[in-house]
Formats: sequence, C-alpha cells, structure tokens
Amino acid sequence: MMDEPNAIAVTGLTKTFGGKRRLFGGTSHVVHAVKNVTLALRQGETLAIVGESGSGKSTLARMVVGLETPTSGQMKIAGKDAGTLAKEGPRAFGQMIQYVFQDPTSSLNPRKTIGATLEAPLRLLKGFDPARRKTRMKELLDAVQMPADTLERYPHEFSGGQAQRIAIARALAAAPRIMVLDEPVSALDVSVQAQVLLLLEDLKAEFDLSYLFISHDLAVVESVCDRVAVMYFGEVVEEGPVEALFKSPHHDYTKRLISSAPLLETGRASKQNMP
Amino acid sequence: MSATTKLARQKSRRKTAWQLLMNNRLAAAGFYIIAALVVLVLAAPILPIDNPDTIDLVGRLQPALSDGHLLGTDHLGRDILARLIWGSRVSLAVGLSASIIAAFFGSLIGLVAGYAGGRIDNIMMRGIDMLMAFPYILLALAIVAVLGPGLMNALYAIAVVNIPFFARNIRGITVGLAHREFVDAARLSGKSHTSIVLTEILPNVLPIIVITMSTTVGWMILETAGLSFLGLGAQPPQADLGSMLGEGRSLLFTAPSVSIIPGVMVFIIVMSINLLGDGVRDALDPRLRAGALNRPLPVTRIDRSDRSETSASGKGAALSVENLQTGFESTQGIVPAVKGISFAVQKGECLGLIGESGSGKSVTALSLLGLVASPPGVITGGSVAIDGRDIFSMHETEIASYRGSKVAYVFQDPLTTLHPLFTIGEQVAEAVRTHQPVSRNEAHAKAVALLDTVRIPDPAKRAAAYPHELSGGQRQRVGIAMALANDPDIIIADEPTTALDVTVQAEILRLLQALRQERGLALLFITHDFGVVAEICDRVAVMRHGEIVETGNTADILGNPQHPYTQRLIACVPRLGQGKAFLEALRQLPKVEGV
Repeated sequence: MMDEPNAIAVTGLTKTFGGKRRLFGGTSHVVHAVKNVTLALRQGETLAIVGESGSGKSTLARMVVGLETPTSGQMKIAGKDAGTLAKEGPRAFGQMIQYVFQDPTSSLNPRKTIGATLEAPLRLLKGFDPARRKTRMKELLDAVQMPADTLERYPHEFSGGQAQRIAIARALAAAPRIMVLDEPVSALDVSVQAQVLLLLEDLKAEFDLSYLFISHDLAVVESVCDRVAVMYFGEVVEEGPVEALFKSPHHDYTKRLISSAPLLETGRASKQNMP
Repeated sequence: MSATTKLARQKSRRKTAWQLLMNNRLAAAGFYIIAALVVLVLAAPILPIDNPDTIDLVGRLQPALSDGHLLGTDHLGRDILARLIWGSRVSLAVGLSASIIAAFFGSLIGLVAGYAGGRIDNIMMRGIDMLMAFPYILLALAIVAVLGPGLMNALYAIAVVNIPFFARNIRGITVGLAHREFVDAARLSGKSHTSIVLTEILPNVLPIIVITMSTTVGWMILETAGLSFLGLGAQPPQADLGSMLGEGRSLLFTAPSVSIIPGVMVFIIVMSINLLGDGVRDALDPRLRAGALNRPLPVTRIDRSDRSETSASGKGAALSVENLQTGFESTQGIVPAVKGISFAVQKGECLGLIGESGSGKSVTALSLLGLVASPPGVITGGSVAIDGRDIFSMHETEIASYRGSKVAYVFQDPLTTLHPLFTIGEQVAEAVRTHQPVSRNEAHAKAVALLDTVRIPDPAKRAAAYPHELSGGQRQRVGIAMALANDPDIIIADEPTTALDVTVQAEILRLLQALRQERGLALLFITHDFGVVAEICDRVAVMRHGEIVETGNTADILGNPQHPYTQRLIACVPRLGQGKAFLEALRQLPKVEGV
C-alpha cells in the first residue's frame, strides 16, 4: 500500500432504481444502473471511465460526489467513509470532491450573476469573509483565464467554452483535492475542447488534483488520462493503463468501441474492409 | 465593467419588457385605466365628496346629475359617487390582498411539492386535488358559512379557493427546474435545501408567479363582489361594489342607476385588469417572446438583390448552390448568417459541410428548400438549383412538393422528429402517402420494405412499435427510412450521428454509405466532427462565420489543409494512438482570442 490513501476507493458499489412497492399493488420496474463496481482512483492520477450512454457512468459519478446514495457497497473519499461524510451534510462532501457537469450552460443558474454563483461555495464551504471572497473570486477567474468583469455578467452572455471555464472555476472554489469531470468537453467545439483540456491539465498540476474523467471519446481519454475503466451495462468489464488497454483490449465491447472510433487519416480504407 | 454600466444594462432590459407591454395597445389602455382608478381611490379621503355613510332619507333615490349628487343617491339617500369611490377602494384592496395571499401560499406549496417530489409531493397535491374537487363558489360559501359573514372572512375564502391554481402552476415549473444541473451544482456548493428553493429556484419561477397573479386579480375582484352581493362579504353600512349591486337589485326597475353604476364599475375594473394581465403575460413569458405564437411562413421569405446564375461547373450537378445568402431580421436590420457560399454536389457523391457551432452550416442546409423559419429568416441572394432548376423562382407549392420527394432531410435527434403517438410504420407510410397516390395497405407494405432497407430486424413486427420503444440508433434508422420513402435524389443529413454512441454511429455511417452506393444518392453531410467526415465524405467544405474557407477532396483537406483555420481545427482533433503527445502539440499552437 502507498502511504497516501486513494483519492476514491469504491468496493462492490451498486445502485438500483425503482423496485419500490406501489400504492395499488405490484412493484415498479427495476433498473440496475451500477452493478458491483470496484474501482480506485489514486491520488494525483486521472482515471477515465468510458462506456456508452446508459452504461451507468454518470450514476457512478453522481454517487461518488454524494448526489445519489448507493443501494449497497462501500465508498471511501480520501480515506474517509462516504457514509460518515454524508451524515456530516453536503458541506463535508463538497470540501473533498467537486463535480463538473457535461452541459456548462445548464449548470449555471440563468437568473444569477456569475459572481453570485461563484460566491456560494466560498461562503458556505470555505467560510470566507466578504473581502476574502472577492479576492479569491478574482484568483479563480485568473486560474481559468477569464476576465474580471465576468463576475457581474449573466450565464447567457457567455459561449459554451467560457461557461465551462466558469463551471470549472466554481468547482475549484471549494479547493477540493478530487474532481469528477462528467463529459466536460463533449458539448464543446473541437477548438474550444482543446483549450479546456489544456486548462484542465494545467489546473491539475497547479492544485495537485485527482481527476475522475468520464467520457465517450477515446482519443480525448487517451490524451489526458493515466488509467481507464470500461463500463458496459453497469459493470466495469475492463480496467488498466490507457496505452496497454487500447493496444490490446480483451473484452469484446472494448474492441468494438476502439474499432468504431472514427479515424482521421486511415478512416475509410480500414472501415471498408470491416464486415 | 463598472457598476454604472451594469445598472444601465439592467435598466435597458427592464425598459424592453416595459416597451413590449406599452406596444400592446389594449394592455396599455388597461394600464392607464387601472392606474387612474387606483389614484382616484387612494385620494378618496381628500376628495371633495360626501361621507359615503351619511343617510338622508328625504333626498333618497335622486337621479344622476342632480344638484349636489353627481351620480344621484341610493335608497337611504347616500351619495352614490362617494360610495362608488370608497367601494372600489375596498374591492380593489380585497381582490389584491386575496391574490397576494393565494400567490404566497400556493407558490409555497408548489415549490415544496415540486422540489421534494415523491411522497411529500403526492400528499400535498392530493390535498390540492381535494380543494379543486369542490365547485369553487360553493367552497367559498362553505368557508364563509363556517367563519361567519364579513369582508375579512370573504377575503380568506377567496384566497383559499384560489390556492390550487397557483400551487399547480408553480409545481409544474418547479418539477422541471428541480432536476436541472444548476440545482445539483448548488447542492455541491454546500447550499441547504431551503436555500436552494429560495435562492436558486424561486428567481426562476418568479415571472410565472407574477403572470399568474396578473391574470387572476380580476377574477378575485369579481368573486369578492359575488360574495358581497350575496350578503356574505362587506356588511352594511360599509360600501363595496358587490354589496352596492345587491342593495340596488330590488330597485332595478324604479331606480336602475343605483345598481347599474356599480355594475359598470366592476366591468371597467375587471376588464382593464385582465387586459393589463394578458399584456404582462405576453411581455414576460419567454415562450411568447420567442415568437411561439408566430406561425412561420410555408417558405422562407425570399428577397434577392442578386440572382447569381448557376455556373458552368454546377450544370449537371444534382444540387448546385451559387452565392447563397441568408440572414435574420432584427431591430438593427438583417443580420447575415450565410454570406454568399457556393458549392455543388454531383450524383452519387457525398459532400461534407463542416464547421463549429454558429458557422451557418445548419442555416445553409435549411435554406436549400426554404425551410428557415420566417420571420425572422430571409434569403437575401443567390440561387439553389436542383437538376438545373432554380428553387427560389418556383411557386411555394412547387417548393413544398420537392420536400421529401426530390430532396429529403435527416435530422440530428430522431426522438424529437418522430411523433411519439404514432407507430413508426404509420409514420413511414405517411411519408410515402404524402407524395404517392397509393392505398393504405400498399403504403404500409412499402413502409415495411423501407424498414427492411435500413436494416431494422424483423421489420413487419417492428413497424407496430412506437418511437420510445426503439433505441437511439434504431430511431435514426427510421428517420433514414422516412427520408428514403419517395426515392429522393438528394439527402441532406444534418448531424445525423451526433446524438448517438460511437458504436452506433459507426453502424449508421455504414448504412448511409451503403445506401448511397446502391441508389446513387447525392449526400450533403453536415457535421462538426472531422472523424465522421473522414469516414463518409468524398469532398469536404469547411465553413466559418457563414463563409466557406476551403473546399477539396477529403484526403487532401485532412492531410494537407491550406487555410490556417482548417489547419488549426484539424490540429485540435485528438487522434487515437497519439496519447499525451496531443496536449504537447496543442501547446505549440499559436494563441487565439475569443475561445
């Protein structure tokens, strides 16, 4: 074992939706979103979770940050038991781990200024006084390379890439050690996506962060992640270092995923030979 | 940005809502009438009018315009003008306070039920349902009967009766907001549930509360008058429009003015408030402001300053676009979205139109058959030729006949383009019957055959399935089947695989490729993904800010891009196998602003 505990360690994590007794007989339809998942994110690394829509990636991520309660299984955040953290309230969770949503514009309240949105975690999670909050907000905007007048403006005044920078700044405000990035670049244009990926890489080094990076784009995963776990119908079917796993995938689904990824140069030639 | 400019911007925003309201003449009239009335009743104590309760039995039932009594006197000799002004004061105050009380409690119930969901929602809403199950005037009567007659009790009764109206409206909006990502984000920022409801959700439902209030105040005044008319509201000698009507009722034939005057007053108040309320709703409701009530024209408005003729290279092409210009009308004139682009697609060829969001690629696709919503869309120049014929010179009905028969569209999200209440078989058959005079059975048989063409397994059985029973990939196959229904020459596919998983995307691309080769289709493929372009397109045109910056064979453009914009875009696409070298390569790129 390493001297520092894993950033995230989940054991036998399961989440089931539905299955409750209805008022007038019968039970509702049961969905096994996440089935018996065991994973570890080491301190300082980036672990990717790939899989198609409905494979349970987002449910897993929402459980890890405390937005969903697991049906069963163990979850440890930076060595502390998540159940104990949850009892301490949302604050305890928020100080440890933060979440960046896929759609940047819908993760910002349309009727609040960016300043009001950024202030909440500083006030509630860090307990800063107003003067300190102000300087910290300026620092955060600097970190994500946004101008200072951003604070007085409303979300609809920003493009998708700018909104995602603001969302990242909000997540950083709590000064967490761990960030869960749920498809942080898939709603963005390629040139903007590239800028945000660079930003995430810089921030990771600057604030000594660990990333849980959820994505369906294998090329993006390969460029920013150390290890990758493949989810399929709620289960982790394969896990390993990025290069090794992409070079020699074992599970059928992983193979299919890699062969389906559109390629720039050799795209057509290779595809036409496929069955 | 300084605080003053921020203030100026807020002011300008408020001004636009106000201007919208005043542009609506009926609403403006309602506003001025009600404002004048409010000033009048507020000034009642200082106006030179008689005491409304002074009884003068000698001078009873004097007609209007008599000496000292402008509107005459009632059966006890009280001045009607004075009673009218004081009565309107009471009616307006009661109506407004009842509506504020109902809005407060109704919104509170709606917010809590909508945010909490589950059992709490169920219990609260069933309670509201029980309130709604009573005829409302009967319920108000029952409440007054229990509490005893009196103006305050009537106010409570009316407020209670109207709570469900607010609760249901607000709950509906809140349910939608409670699952939005910004609410989750607020939870992760450490906010408590109470604070989320009050500071995150409430600001978003406030316009709806105001709209609902403005449309119910008139009703509440009417209901107050109704209860007073029945003797359950204001008690004598207090003046109130409803009780004045009630007292005048028995004298309707001997002295009609005693009851007609308060009746007209009720009419004026309620009418002007309703007109104003409708105006407020139109000005504040974002859906109405976005033009949800505007019916778009059947074909985009065409107002061409130049009609570029099809060039020699375009002759013989399946689709040829010359100097196409499309813009959107705004208060500052026409804002161009497509600025004079030209391209041609040959039979059996696939042309990729690639660009980032806002580059005008979708507007281009919709312009080809005049499908840009108009207003505000307008085609300002250029020509589109299909088989050598200029589309924009044709009559509306002729353009419409091209849609789906000669040229078919496949859109991004098949879940929104398919009708949820019809089976996929019916929808494909409908596409067939729109352009072909075939019987219902023949159309169905053709639909099944089409579903087979797009490789849907067991098509005869699956034809009876509804869109929600299919996976995303299968729904997109149905979309393609509908596009193929009338053997089009050209298919325009607007980001057809963007909403799909990569494995499914690969299957759909293979299907499109095979169909194109089998049928010799011309395919215009719109996408933002260079990988997809590499898979399927023969040639590619790169769009930026409404212009085509570079056109050429796919391999040439991807392998050796000439324009700096294309070079940059391609450099920003990570490639499988490139690994961490990708980020290093990105750092070498020159910086650009505005990202």
